[in-house]
Amino acid sequence: MSYVMVALTVVAAGLAIVPLVAILGYLIKQGAGALSLEFFTSMPKPVGEAGGGMVNAILGTLILIGIASSVGLPIGIGAGLYLAERGGTRLANLVRFLADVLNGLPSIVMGIFAWEFLVRPIGHFSALAGGAAIGAMMIPLVTRTTEEMVRTVPQSLREAALALGFPRWRTSLQIVLRTALGGIVTGVLVAVARVAGETAPLLFTAFGNQFFSTKLTQPIAALPLQVFVYAISPYDEWHAQAWAGALVLIALILIISVISRFVVRSKHGRAND
Amino acid sequence: MQTPSLPATVTTPESRTLPTLATPLAGSPAAPPSRVSIEGTVVADRVYRAAIFGFALCVPILLLLIFVEVGVAGWPALRQFGFGFLTSSTWDPVAGQFGAAPAIAGTIITSIIALVIATPLALGGAIFLSDFAPSWVRQPLAFLIDLLAAVPSVVYGLWGVFFLLPLLREDVMPFLRDTLHLGATPFFRGPAYGPSVLAAGLILSIMVLPYIAAVSREVLMAVPRSQREAALALGATRWETITGAVIPFARSGIIGGVILGLGRALGETMAVTMVIGNRHELSASLFAPGYTMASLIANEFSEATNDVHLSALMAVGFVLLLITLVVNGIARWLVWQTGGSRS
Repeated sequence: MSYVMVALTVVAAGLAIVPLVAILGYLIKQGAGALSLEFFTSMPKPVGEAGGGMVNAILGTLILIGIASSVGLPIGIGAGLYLAERGGTRLANLVRFLADVLNGLPSIVMGIFAWEFLVRPIGHFSALAGGAAIGAMMIPLVTRTTEEMVRTVPQSLREAALALGFPRWRTSLQIVLRTALGGIVTGVLVAVARVAGETAPLLFTAFGNQFFSTKLTQPIAALPLQVFVYAISPYDEWHAQAWAGALVLIALILIISVISRFVVRSKHGRAND
Repeated sequence: MQTPSLPATVTTPESRTLPTLATPLAGSPAAPPSRVSIEGTVVADRVYRAAIFGFALCVPILLLLIFVEVGVAGWPALRQFGFGFLTSSTWDPVAGQFGAAPAIAGTIITSIIALVIATPLALGGAIFLSDFAPSWVRQPLAFLIDLLAAVPSVVYGLWGVFFLLPLLREDVMPFLRDTLHLGATPFFRGPAYGPSVLAAGLILSIMVLPYIAAVSREVLMAVPRSQREAALALGATRWETITGAVIPFARSGIIGGVILGLGRALGETMAVTMVIGNRHELSASLFAPGYTMASLIANEFSEATNDVHLSALMAVGFVLLLITLVVNGIARWLVWQTGGSRS
């Protein structure tokens, strides 16, 4: 009985990664054929013509990530510092709880909120609205990792800095935050990887753009949006492009995820010295 | 790797040239600590505290803002249709009649399918990883399962459209209906198109699995060693230790993880929109196309024909927001109870 159940847990663990293998395998099989240098350097071709690329969407996604980071990082890191340094208060507990709740907010709700808040009053879709929407989704992730990492900084380090006459704010920013930086960078990368593939918050904010645009106040193309539009289109040429786009998107995300793993490792190596 | 060093920050040229005592606030940031005015330090510390306090306040404010904005935008529809908005199954933008019952039902059904499939796999995997896996398997396997959470929704959708739907249409659905004779029940009846509630549930099960697995693993690992050792010392087998000593200890955390997965499933948008078929229809058969609240918004929002339609979609968003807030609140509370720290 015992052995059977233990074996079943092995089977469960194995089955859990079958979809991952199936998805990545199929993605590479379908996407690799459509992927070429052209994909990264040229604009989408009109319907019916094979080839073309998604340079506008790739650039758009990078711009959106930039906007999102400039919204999400200061707020997330600041809130995380607050939680770590003011841990026990009622407000801190509330903020921590709400950050977790915000983390579970459906992305489509963030999308319609951003539309109502940033698009409707202004009157048109914009890269800024899209970036802000996914930036807001970064906040809870960055907040919680920052808090956790700042907590791991030994109290003695703070005391040493204060004993040297450092004011608290400098102790916090220059000693504590810098010591915890490796872990925070990891958290930031995880957050970036997560929002890089978000589509739903961009549907009614960044909206997508068939042309080349880097204007922040105008609609902008994004890789996940383009993949979605091409995937549900009836054209075979576009399907091929959707696969290539998805492959690029997932490669981007995997690279960020793997880098974040190494940042953690090197950080821990240093902490043990 | 360069370590943060105190002297480097204290002896930068600018910090030497700045006046120290005369300019309390502006001067103190870069001034040598030994000669800084106490007032300046106090003011700067206050400013710093106020700043991080402000950032922390952004979290509740953002949540409140979302709640109010979406609620106000959905209010006209909620007021006009009242409770019928939740129970009526007529969704007719042309006639101006809106009832979200099919979408709400679709959301619940797809989420239940997802949990029924994902929970045993995720829990089994988590038990294996926490208690049985040799250490060289543990890390890579946990990483792979975590990777499932990193795959974007739209990529799941793409895979669903071109791999899962044909598979369902050609093999799985006929097999369930004809070979297993499940077609006799109302749940597996009708033509096998592919896009269906079943497809959405299946894809959701893959998507929520890593979340349930991650939380379960964490709370299982948080169970004290002594708990396991005590059971083993009493002569329990390794499996009896799990069922008798470990799981009871971690129970509420595991339930929290499952509910967290439920929260994900309820709000998942893109993949579901691409495989569920998007039809306002209330059918008992899992083979029939349907709608979820999230996919309804994603699919109709940009084509909303008039103000009532738009408001109705906002109201659907508001209902979804309320449900996920409650579900997530319960989940977090349960996970915290067991001492799992995050995710």
